[in-house]
Amino acid sequence: MTKLLRYLRPFTKGIVLVVLLTFVSGFADLSLPALMSNIIDKGVATGNTGYIFTMGALMLALALLGMAATIVVGYFAARISTGLGRDLRKGIFRKVEEFALAEFDTFGTSSLITRTTNDVQQLQMFLMMLLRVVIMAPILCVGGIIMTLAKSASLSLVVVVAVPFLIFMVMMIANRALPLSKSMQRKLDRVNMVMREKLTGIRVIKAFNNTEYEKGRFDEANKDLTQTTVKMQRTMALLMPAVMVILNFSTIGLMWFGGLRIQAGAMMVGDVMAVVQYVMQIMMSFVMMSMVFVMMPRASASAERIMEVIDSQITVTDPEQPRRAPEDVKGSVEFRHVTFSYPGAPEPVIKDISFATAKGETTAIIGSTGSGKSTIIKLIPRLYDVTEGEVLVDGINVRDYAQKDLRAKIGYIPQKAVLFSGTIRSNILSGKEDATEEDMRAAAILSQSMEFIEQKEEQFDSPIAQGGTNVSGGQKQRLSIARAAVREPEIYIFDDSFSALDFKTDAALRAALKKKTQDAAVIIVAQRISTIMDADRILVMDEGQLIGVGTHRELLNTCEIYREIASSQLTAEELA
Amino acid sequence: MSMRMGPGRHQASHYGKPKDFKGTLKRLLGYLKPYRVSLGVAILFILLATLFSILSPKVLGMATTELFSGFQRMATGGGIDFEAVGRILIVLGIIYLLSALFNYIQQYMIAGISQKTMYNLRKDVDEKLAKLPLNYFDTRTYGEILSRVTNDVDTVSTSFQQSISQLITSVATVIGILVMMLVISPWLSLIALITLPLSMLASMKVVKRSQGFFKGQQISIGELNGHVEEMYTGHEVIKLYGREKQVTEEFDKINDKLFDNAWKAQFCSSIIMPIIGFVGNLGYILVCVGGGVMVSAGMLPLGDIQAFIQYLRQFNQPISQTANIANIIQSTVAAAERIFEVLDEQEEVPDTDHPVKLTSVKGEVVFENVTFGYDKEHPLIKNLNFSVKPGQKIAIVGPTGAGKTTLVNLLMRFYDVDGGRILIDGVDIMDMTRDDLRDMFGMVLQDTWSFKGTIRENIRYGDLGQNDKNVVKAADAAYADHFIRTLPGGYEMILNEDASNISQGQKQLLTIARAVLSDPSILILDEATSSVDTRTELLIQKAMNKLTEGRTSFVIAHRLSTIRDADCILVLKDGDIIETGSHEELMAQGGFYKTLYNSQFAQPEAG
Repeated sequence: MTKLLRYLRPFTKGIVLVVLLTFVSGFADLSLPALMSNIIDKGVATGNTGYIFTMGALMLALALLGMAATIVVGYFAARISTGLGRDLRKGIFRKVEEFALAEFDTFGTSSLITRTTNDVQQLQMFLMMLLRVVIMAPILCVGGIIMTLAKSASLSLVVVVAVPFLIFMVMMIANRALPLSKSMQRKLDRVNMVMREKLTGIRVIKAFNNTEYEKGRFDEANKDLTQTTVKMQRTMALLMPAVMVILNFSTIGLMWFGGLRIQAGAMMVGDVMAVVQYVMQIMMSFVMMSMVFVMMPRASASAERIMEVIDSQITVTDPEQPRRAPEDVKGSVEFRHVTFSYPGAPEPVIKDISFATAKGETTAIIGSTGSGKSTIIKLIPRLYDVTEGEVLVDGINVRDYAQKDLRAKIGYIPQKAVLFSGTIRSNILSGKEDATEEDMRAAAILSQSMEFIEQKEEQFDSPIAQGGTNVSGGQKQRLSIARAAVREPEIYIFDDSFSALDFKTDAALRAALKKKTQDAAVIIVAQRISTIMDADRILVMDEGQLIGVGTHRELLNTCEIYREIASSQLTAEELA
Repeated sequence: MSMRMGPGRHQASHYGKPKDFKGTLKRLLGYLKPYRVSLGVAILFILLATLFSILSPKVLGMATTELFSGFQRMATGGGIDFEAVGRILIVLGIIYLLSALFNYIQQYMIAGISQKTMYNLRKDVDEKLAKLPLNYFDTRTYGEILSRVTNDVDTVSTSFQQSISQLITSVATVIGILVMMLVISPWLSLIALITLPLSMLASMKVVKRSQGFFKGQQISIGELNGHVEEMYTGHEVIKLYGREKQVTEEFDKINDKLFDNAWKAQFCSSIIMPIIGFVGNLGYILVCVGGGVMVSAGMLPLGDIQAFIQYLRQFNQPISQTANIANIIQSTVAAAERIFEVLDEQEEVPDTDHPVKLTSVKGEVVFENVTFGYDKEHPLIKNLNFSVKPGQKIAIVGPTGAGKTTLVNLLMRFYDVDGGRILIDGVDIMDMTRDDLRDMFGMVLQDTWSFKGTIRENIRYGDLGQNDKNVVKAADAAYADHFIRTLPGGYEMILNEDASNISQGQKQLLTIARAVLSDPSILILDEATSSVDTRTELLIQKAMNKLTEGRTSFVIAHRLSTIRDADCILVLKDGDIIETGSHEELMAQGGFYKTLYNSQFAQPEAG
C-alpha cells in the first residue's frame, strides 16, 4: 500500500491543506465545550447574562468557522480522491497498453478489467473516507486529551487508564475480524465464480442432468459464505458495545473524581461537564478510527492488485536506436534457431526452428494441437520475444525495430476475430487510418465482405456493437481480414483465420488473396489441408519441433505425419 | 457484457429508483418471515438498548445537579453529598452495562437473521435459474444475469443488515429523545427543534443538486467500463495494429469526464455533513445560551442542561442517519426488485404428469412435421421430416444459420417444438421427463466448458456415479489420457477458472472424455472437432467411430472430410432439408452438397 504514495505526491499541497483545515474544524469543535463550561462557571454561576450572550456569539462564530473549514475539506477530499482514482486508472491503462502478451496472460483479461475499475474505485472510496472522516479522528482524540489535561491534569488520569483498555479492546476485535473479513471476500468470490460457471455451462449442465449436483455445489459455497459472514459480523458486533462500556465507565469515573476535586475546591462544575464532553469526543474518534479497520483490508488488497499491474516488468521494449529496413528489401521473414518458452514454463513450446520465406511466397504451418504453430507466428510481430535464436524481418532482427515500424509491415489476422465498437468503416480503417475510400473498398472486396456490407442499409457506416456481437462469426473474420488488407502489408499472417468461414467463402477468399499478395509474404497456420496444399512451403510441426519442410507433393512422400494428416482429410484420388 | 454494475453501485441510491417500492419492500420483508420470532426478540432488545441509552444522560444529569448543588452548598459551609452521587453513579453504571449488553445481543441476532435471509435469497435465485428455459440465457449476456445474481444480492445483503437495526434504533432514539427533551424543558426543546427544519431543508436542496452529478458519474463509469473491457479484450489486435495511442487518447477523454463528474458528485454529497453539523451546533449554542439564562434565573437545574446537550448531540445523528438509511433502503429495494424480476421469470413448461420412461433405448429418432422458430413469427424450421434408424450415424451439414444447432436444441429439449413431434423409439419426447430424455444423450459442444476443479472432477462430470478407474478409461478412449499424464499433477491438476492453463484442443478432448464416460444411447457431436487439429482429430475420429458403434449419433461438422462415412447426410439450408443420402449418393446427385464439397477442396484459380 505504501507504494501508492507516489500517486499521492501531486496532491501533497491539497493533503496538507486538508490536514490544516481539519485542525481548524477540530479546534472549533473542541472549543465549544470549553466555552460552554465558561458559560456555566462564569455566566450561570454569577448570573451574568451579558457574558452568556457574548460567549454564545463567540461559539456561533466558531461553529461557522468549523463548517466553512469542513466544506473546504470536502472540496479537496473530493478532488484528491477522485483525482487519485483518475491517475491510477490512467497509470494502469497506459501500462496495460504497453503490455506484451506474456504480461497480459499472467493477469488475464477479466482480472485486468476489475483492477482498472473496481479496485481503483475501492481505493478512491477509502481515500475519501480517510480524508473526510479518519484524519479528523486523531485530531479530535489528541485535542480532546490535551483539553482534558488543560482543564484538569488529575482528572485526565481517568483517560490515561481508559485509553490503553480501549486500544487493547479495538485491537483484539480487529485482530479477529480482519482475517474473517478477508476470508469472507474470498468466499464471496467463490460464490460468484460458481454462479458464473453455471451460467456459462448451462447447456452442459442440462445435457448431463447435473442440475441437482450444481445446486449442491452452489449451496455449499453459499452456506460457507453465510457462515463466515455471520461469524465476522458477530465479532464486529462486539466492537461498539465494548467501546461504549469502557468510555461510559470513564464518564462515571470522571464524575466521581470530579466531585472529589470540586469538594477540594480545585475544580468548577462546568469544567467537569466539559471534560465529560471531551471524553465523549475522544470516544467518537475511536469509533471513527475503527472504521479504518473495516475498510482497510479491502483497500489494501485493491492497492496490492493495482500495484502489481503498474510495477510489472514489460518484456517487449523498443531498442534505444531502432533500425529501419532498406527500401528495396520487402516481405522476407527468417527464423534462425529459434527456441521459445512461455514465462514460467519448464519446457519450450518450440525448439530450434529455422526457416526463411520471401516476397511472393506462401508458407503454411500445420501440426497438432500444442505443437507450437501459433507460437511461431506470434514471434514475428514481437507479441512475444524469443528465448533463444533470432527472428529477422527484411534482414533485420525484429528486436532492432521500433515495435511500431515492425508491426506496420505486418497484416496479422488472429484466430479469434476481434472488432471494436464503431462502424464497419472505422473497423476496417483501424488497419490504416489514412486509407482512401477506394483502398477501403478494395479491402472489403478482397475479404469477401462486400456482399454482406451491401445488404446493410448504411453500408460501410453500419454500426458494429461492442465485441462485434451484431455480426456473425464469419463476417467478423472477413472484416478482420479487410482490416489487415487495407494496410497493404509486406507480410500477411493468418492464424487459422479461415475456420469461421464456410467452404465457399474460404476458397473465394484464397483465390482473391493469391492475386493480391504477389509482392508480399504470406504465412498461414491452418487445419485444413485444402487451405494450404498449394503453398510454396509447408512446415510440419510436431511437439514443438519442425519435422518436415517442403511442398505438398514432397511432404506426402517424405513426412509420415503429414501423410497421416492428409489422408484423414483427402480421398485416395486426391492424394494420388 | 453490457454496463457492468461494478464500481458504480455504491452510489446506486442516487440513481436507480425502484418501480414498485411498496410491493418489493413487502416481498423482501417476506423473506424475514421464517425468523419472525427471533426478529421480534431482536427488536425487543433494540428497544431496550435504546431505552437505556436514552435514560443515561438524564441520570448523568442528576449526578451533575447533585454536584452543582453540593458546590453551591460549599459556599455556606456544606458540601457534596457523595453518598447520593455514588448511588446515582451506580445506577448509571448498571444502565450503561445493560445498554451495551442488549446492543450486543441484538446485533448478534440481527447478523444471524439477515445473513440467513440472504442465504435463502441466493438459494432461491440459484434454484430459479435452474428452472428457467434456455431461451432466457440465450437472449441475455451472462454479464447481465451475473450482475443481478451477484451484485444485486450483495447490495441487498450488505444494506439489509445495516438498515434493520439502524432504522429501528434511529426511530426509537428520535422518539425517546424527543420525549426526554420535552420532559426536561419544553422551552429548550422548542429552541432546539427550530433548527431541525433548517437542516432538513438544506440537505434536501444539496441532495437534489448532487443527483445530477451522480447520474453523470454513473454514465461515465459505464462508458469507462465498456471501453476498458473492449480494449483489453482486443489487446492483441491493438498491439498488432499499433492502436495504443488512439485507444489511450479515447480512454483519457472518458476518464477525465468521469473525474469531472465524480468529484462534483462527491463534493456535493460531502457538503451535507458540515451543514447538518453546523445546524446541530447552532442548536447546541442556543441551548447553552438559553439554558444558561434559564439556570441563572433558577428555572432549570444545571444537570438538566448537561443532559439536554447530550440529548441534542444524540438527536442529530439518528436524524441524518435516517435520511441516509432512507437512501440505502431505496437502493436496496431497487436491487431487490431486479432480483425479484429474475424470480418472476416464466419457467420451463413443467414435465408431463405421466411420463413415459424408455427402459432400453434402441435409438430410433423421428422428426415429424417439426416446425420451430426462436421468434415465433419467423419459423426457422418448417415441416421438417426425417427418421433415423437405431445405430445410424447422421451427419448434418449446411451453411451457418441453416438450423444445424437448432436441431440439437430441439432434440435435447433445450427448446420445445412449435409444431409437429420428435419421437425416440416411437415415444414423443414431450411425453418424457427432461431428465430421462437427456439421460439418453451424450453431447460434445462447440464451446468447451469446464469448471474450477481437478481434471478428474471435470471428466467425472459426465456421470457423477463413476469411479476413478472408469474416469481414466474414458480419458483413454478419448485419447486424453496421454496428455493428462504429461500435465503437472496429472488427473489432479486443477483447471483454473476459464481453463486457460490447458489448450483449446486439450479442453476439447476432456469434453469428449466426459461424453464417453456418460455412455449415452444417442450421441450428439456439435462441431466438436473444429478446434482440434487434424492429427488429434484423426485419433478422436477413431475413438468416436468406436463409440458410435451401436449408437445413434448426430454429427454436425464444418469439415466434410470428417463425415464421409456417415450413414446419412442431411444437407440443411434455411431450415429445410434440401438433400439427403450418403456421401457417394449426394456427390452423384450433383446438388448443393457437391458444390459445398468441391468448394472445400477447390484449388485457387491462380494456383
